[in-house]
Amino acid sequence: MTFTGWFQSHLGDGLGWFVGTTVLILAIVLPVMVGVAMAVYADRKIWAAMQMRRGPNVVGPFGLLQTFADAAKLFLKETIIPSGASREVFLIAPMISFVLALAIWAVMPFDAGLVLADLNVGLLYVFAVSSMGVYGIIMSGWASNSKYPFLGGLRSAAQMVSYEVSMGFILVAVMLYAQSLNLSDIVMAQKGNVLGFLNGNVFNPLLFPMAIMFFITALAETNRPPFDLPEAEAELVAGYQVEYSSMSFALFFLGEYANILFMCALIPVLFLGGWLPPLDWAPLYYIPGFVWMLSKMAFMFFCFAWVKAAVPRYRYDQLMRLGWKVFLPLSLFWVVVVSGWLMFFTDKFATVPGSVTL
Amino acid sequence: MTVAVFSFYLFAVVLITAAVLVITSKNPVHSVLWLIVCFFNAGGLFILLGAEFLAMLLVIVYVGAVAVLFLFVVMMLDIDFATLRRGFLSYLPLGLVVAGVILGEVLFAVGSWVPGRGVMMFDELVSAPDGMTNTQWIGSVLYTRYLFVFQAAGLVLLVSMIGAIVLTHRQRVGTKRQNIGQQVARTPANAVHPAQPGIGQGIDL
Repeated sequence: MTFTGWFQSHLGDGLGWFVGTTVLILAIVLPVMVGVAMAVYADRKIWAAMQMRRGPNVVGPFGLLQTFADAAKLFLKETIIPSGASREVFLIAPMISFVLALAIWAVMPFDAGLVLADLNVGLLYVFAVSSMGVYGIIMSGWASNSKYPFLGGLRSAAQMVSYEVSMGFILVAVMLYAQSLNLSDIVMAQKGNVLGFLNGNVFNPLLFPMAIMFFITALAETNRPPFDLPEAEAELVAGYQVEYSSMSFALFFLGEYANILFMCALIPVLFLGGWLPPLDWAPLYYIPGFVWMLSKMAFMFFCFAWVKAAVPRYRYDQLMRLGWKVFLPLSLFWVVVVSGWLMFFTDKFATVPGSVTL
Repeated sequence: MTVAVFSFYLFAVVLITAAVLVITSKNPVHSVLWLIVCFFNAGGLFILLGAEFLAMLLVIVYVGAVAVLFLFVVMMLDIDFATLRRGFLSYLPLGLVVAGVILGEVLFAVGSWVPGRGVMMFDELVSAPDGMTNTQWIGSVLYTRYLFVFQAAGLVLLVSMIGAIVLTHRQRVGTKRQNIGQQVARTPANAVHPAQPGIGQGIDL
């Protein structure tokens, strides 16, 4: 019996489904929020270590509660709405950012079968929700009725739209290889797909360049350094967040980190073999898939923090050049290479399911 | 009332309300934002029809890309709707005539339409064959039976894209451009020359 089925047998069909699904949503959202708090702490600790500082170490053991202290402080601040702002849009913008950053987790498989919504268009859902994320930023930039937020919003919108194009092509290559848009199927398609014993597209020479490009694109999509132009403090103070205070700022901040964590989970699912161990070797399967997934997420998050500590910020025209003149042609060409390989050297596309022969 | 019926009316009502607000709101940016709500709810209606691939594509293409560019342009323009609306009453009869013609055409088209005759996919609306998702089904029809029509549609888009670029692209004189290859190829050997100027003398660059 499924989890929602248990509720349905006790509370009736409609109400039981509603209660069961709500419980499941909370079971994902609450750990994600705690994960975000821990990610902020980890981020600060990693930068501190790379800059030979100590980082947060006062609140709680090893400073673990620092993020919660910051959040509590933000809670108690006054919410300020600029007098010239477009009130409704100004207030809705952070909510959009935050809600979309959480809604995207619905299709994330944490283990075999451990997924809230096993959509057969899961990857498209991810792409759709992440492309809507730009509205939170562009709306906040416009509604603040102030110069720096507006410039930050425009920069961010242009940046995210540009990198979405090449990100789409990278996803196309992965889904061609897995022959599915379902995230669980994509993970299972990586089982022993390289030489019969390596799990993960990243070990495949054909998809390795895609993995590197996806990592860089993910940095640009989540507005992480070296692509954090929307909030470049040296030029725009804090970009689109300038006029926000208190909880509305906190929503932006949490949404941003929830998005980063999601990207850290999506890269393992697409390229590192998700919940599968890196080697297709029986003893490794005794470690639960959930542990593999979390450790891969942690590794990817370390890489995100590492890049921030190590690399200086891009200039905006160079960012646009990289997106349109380097990544777009390269990923488009690579999609042709991957699909050509699949067409002529494998039997993956000899027939499609159903009766239509090619 | 089942959940599906309730969702249909919810999406439909929100869609139509948002569509009305697109034309009535005073601020052009708010108009575009309502238009985005419209697109999003149309995606919801597609999901209710079982066309989840189309729904996702609608959200990705229209909400994620097209509307962002709309918003971009409208935010940059200085549009005053009050001056635009000034001649409202004098243009009203002409507008009503145009609207009436379009309505008549739509009524004729819908009235004479028989399901499954114009589109040679299947004789009646059926769900996807076993073992095939919605996405694979669309792909297998689009790239086999309708390949040439599909490619022709792509060519039309290509032509319009090139046209738009040709019309808007202008070569300005005197702009300085970065040549990345040249910059990367620069070495200390051809960029630095040591100089030891004497006291009271400068160096020639």
